[in-house]
Amino acid sequence: MIRAPSGPSKGTGPSIVNISRRGFLAGAGAGALVLAVGLPRLTSAQEQKAFGVDAMPNGWRDDPRVFVAIAPDGIVTVTCHRQEMGQGVRTSIAMVVADELEADWSKIRVAQAPADEARFGNQDTDGSRSLRHFYMPMRRAGAAARAMLEQAAADRWGVPVAELRARNHAVVHEASGRSLGYGELAAAASALPVPDRDRVRLKDPKDFRYIGTQNVGLVDNWDITTGKAQYGIDTRLDGMLYAVVARPPVYGGKVVRFDAAETMKVPGVVKVVPIDTPTIPSEFAPVGGVAVVARNTWAAMQGRERLKVEWDDGPNAGYSSDSYRAQLEQAARQPAKVVRAQGDVDEAMGRARRRVEAEYYIPHLAQAPMEPPAAVARIVDGRCEAWACTQAPQVTRTRLAEQVGLPEEKVTVHVTLLGGGFGRKSKPDYVLEAGLLSKAMDGAPVKVTWTREDDLHHGYYHTVSVERLEAGLDDDGRAVAWLHRSAAPTIGSIFAPDPKHELPFELGMGLTNTPFDLPNYRAENPEAPAHVRIGWFRSVSNIPHAFAIQSFVAELAHAAGRDHKDYLLELIGPPRLLDPVEIGDVWNYGESPERYRIDTGRLRRVVETAADGIGWGRQVPRGRGLGLAAHYSFLTYVAVAAEVEVASDGGLSVPRVDIAVDCGPQVNPERIRAQMEGAVMMGLGLVSTAEVTFRNGRAQQDNFDSYELTRIDRAPGEIRVHLLPAADPNMPLGGVGEPGVPPVAPAIVNAAFAATGKRIRSLPVRGQLAV
Amino acid sequence: MVNLTINGTTHAVDADPDMPLLWAIRDLLNLTGTKYGCGIAACGACTVHLDGQPVRSCQTPVSEASGKAVTTIEGVGGQVAEAVQAAWIKLDVPQCGYCQSGQIMSAIGLLAENRRPTDADIDAAMSGNLCRCATYQRIRGAVKEAAKTLGA
Repeated sequence: MIRAPSGPSKGTGPSIVNISRRGFLAGAGAGALVLAVGLPRLTSAQEQKAFGVDAMPNGWRDDPRVFVAIAPDGIVTVTCHRQEMGQGVRTSIAMVVADELEADWSKIRVAQAPADEARFGNQDTDGSRSLRHFYMPMRRAGAAARAMLEQAAADRWGVPVAELRARNHAVVHEASGRSLGYGELAAAASALPVPDRDRVRLKDPKDFRYIGTQNVGLVDNWDITTGKAQYGIDTRLDGMLYAVVARPPVYGGKVVRFDAAETMKVPGVVKVVPIDTPTIPSEFAPVGGVAVVARNTWAAMQGRERLKVEWDDGPNAGYSSDSYRAQLEQAARQPAKVVRAQGDVDEAMGRARRRVEAEYYIPHLAQAPMEPPAAVARIVDGRCEAWACTQAPQVTRTRLAEQVGLPEEKVTVHVTLLGGGFGRKSKPDYVLEAGLLSKAMDGAPVKVTWTREDDLHHGYYHTVSVERLEAGLDDDGRAVAWLHRSAAPTIGSIFAPDPKHELPFELGMGLTNTPFDLPNYRAENPEAPAHVRIGWFRSVSNIPHAFAIQSFVAELAHAAGRDHKDYLLELIGPPRLLDPVEIGDVWNYGESPERYRIDTGRLRRVVETAADGIGWGRQVPRGRGLGLAAHYSFLTYVAVAAEVEVASDGGLSVPRVDIAVDCGPQVNPERIRAQMEGAVMMGLGLVSTAEVTFRNGRAQQDNFDSYELTRIDRAPGEIRVHLLPAADPNMPLGGVGEPGVPPVAPAIVNAAFAATGKRIRSLPVRGQLAV
Repeated sequence: MVNLTINGTTHAVDADPDMPLLWAIRDLLNLTGTKYGCGIAACGACTVHLDGQPVRSCQTPVSEASGKAVTTIEGVGGQVAEAVQAAWIKLDVPQCGYCQSGQIMSAIGLLAENRRPTDADIDAAMSGNLCRCATYQRIRGAVKEAAKTLGA
């Protein structure tokens, strides 16, 4: 929709280059000859079906010369083309390469790729797909490099390569007892042709030494714990200027006039620069305003405070959360665009013994990564360079080139560590601001820092939704008819004139692919116009869909007088493989519906595992309750069982959570656990405090005092992560970064109901549990 | 000019006396381990030690820090700091890592005063430090691990 795929580059064949020239290799000495960094050869992306990574802009590459460099001292540098934001991808990608390479982990280093999808393949780090999409290409890259090292040793010794084995950073000829280290073989290996990918011998998964087995530790741990890790906001260049921007308080607003006289009196302020307001939809364009450029961040902030700006608030000045919620509720109470239909819901509803209905509200959210958006850009001799904490390097590069008026090949985007992303940093407006301001300052390096207030006031917010559910129950309390109306502004509204309906990728996040065994099912999607920038937030539309559906299942179980777990399992139905397209989801996270069926047996298993973990059915003390929820998202199955305690003043605490996850084959189990722990905490935050509200088009939360994140003293007493082993090591991988979040909030709310009999249908809970 | 003693070295910095220590450290002295997160002492990412006590550098004007010993994450050392950093690595606490300098500075502050913190002590000492990745379970574990090392 937003990025036209560009064709892959023609390869130039293998060559030996001095990699240190490219600034890639931190761990090797200058002048190290390495497995050369040639241009990638053509990949086969276009001759395959367009699913998964093949359908992504610029597809994938698996050329070892792009991803693996071996120095004479044996140090292996793996280039990671996916962005690190806490999911551990720099470690996990390196584990995959190192395993197939048969490398010694202590000799592995990781370099971060700059923005260059023609060279590296797709770099958009979102959608929980780094390993899902690049597990196999990275395995092949590692295995091909191993084959080249083996061939180099065979050539050196004049023996058939079949007699050799690579083992722990050396190639060994057992018959003669000879052995050569990787460093000794690197130069010769780099001169060899890259073996054909179809003939690259991959390891048998039972021989993996890193993948799915040991915890190798995080490659960035030392830098992080000693303060050396470099995030976007930490970039520093000689002569750098510092900027903050006064942006229109309402999306689409404009500067009428401004007075910078007082601003210019602040010591250190250098210049003020007006920024045009873009037309809506503005995609990733800066939202406009007035920038204050200074000698340090504090001076820029002080200068901004003294700026007098008169704003024209524009077309969204009337946006207020209270009235918009009422509008969504009205929309959800009327027939709307049908997005999925099975059987005859109206007929079945008509003959049902009883009907249950409920409306759920999930507010706007801000990603609020701890590192706010920040970037540095400079323009020297017709070349623009940027340093950015971005999830989307390539689109950043493309848009930055347009912004500064240079061809893309004259623009370099260096990717730093991200101090959290959660979807916010998929949108590079802040990098474009840096480019624009550098240009205004004659190419001087300019760092743009967003304050926390900027982050909360000018975000790409998680959508806001009203989810209305109706069910008809038969004499036995079984659901025989199900109607779900989901009303929420769409992310599509930042890219095109507001479609006013959720797009297939949003509907496919837990609405059109709900795998319930229901004869009569209909999902509808009323119109919902957008008045702010809507953007991806970790787990995206799965959050409202899962909250509503998994709360409603508990409500139905209660109405039917049944055990919630039994009722949920009955709705999921017997173990079976569902074709997502057949049940109504044409998107399927971009993956092949044949390759990724929805396996209700796996969903049942995570429910049972989480329930067993918490001790489902046990007696709990007064004021406590157990709750359950399950959700399939990002091709991964997750269930959460929570024990909550509600104090007499309504205060909610969570002594324990059991979270069960089946994501297929696991690369880095330790990081999967970490992602699930974080997901539980983020889900708890959705229940307890997370909400951005608008009045007169303005976000009303300013900082962490009013947009409260979960703190350690509210964290669950214990989180137990249950990783279900993959049935087959060769089955396709599911996602990990996002699928943990959606079932958490409904599990907690269901537990609160069990504890108190009070049903929370509107997030966050705030005072709703107070007597 | 304001004299600031950071990690044992005294610097004369050209800063407005009201400038928060955070920005003097980051922009004028190029020590970027101390992070900006909120500017209102609500997140703890900017935590440094002032004469050994954890403070939020975003709410500490340089005039107040002058004449005192400022320690940042780059300058910590000694038994407690080493135990904390080792525990952080052993338990793989970090996710994105951005808040962890501040978390570590707070944890060092806690263990310097209290070698045997209870769960409640840990929550109380660490509740000023936000982590959006929510590594709290491991932070609790790592503080206990460091305490164990120090008590051994």
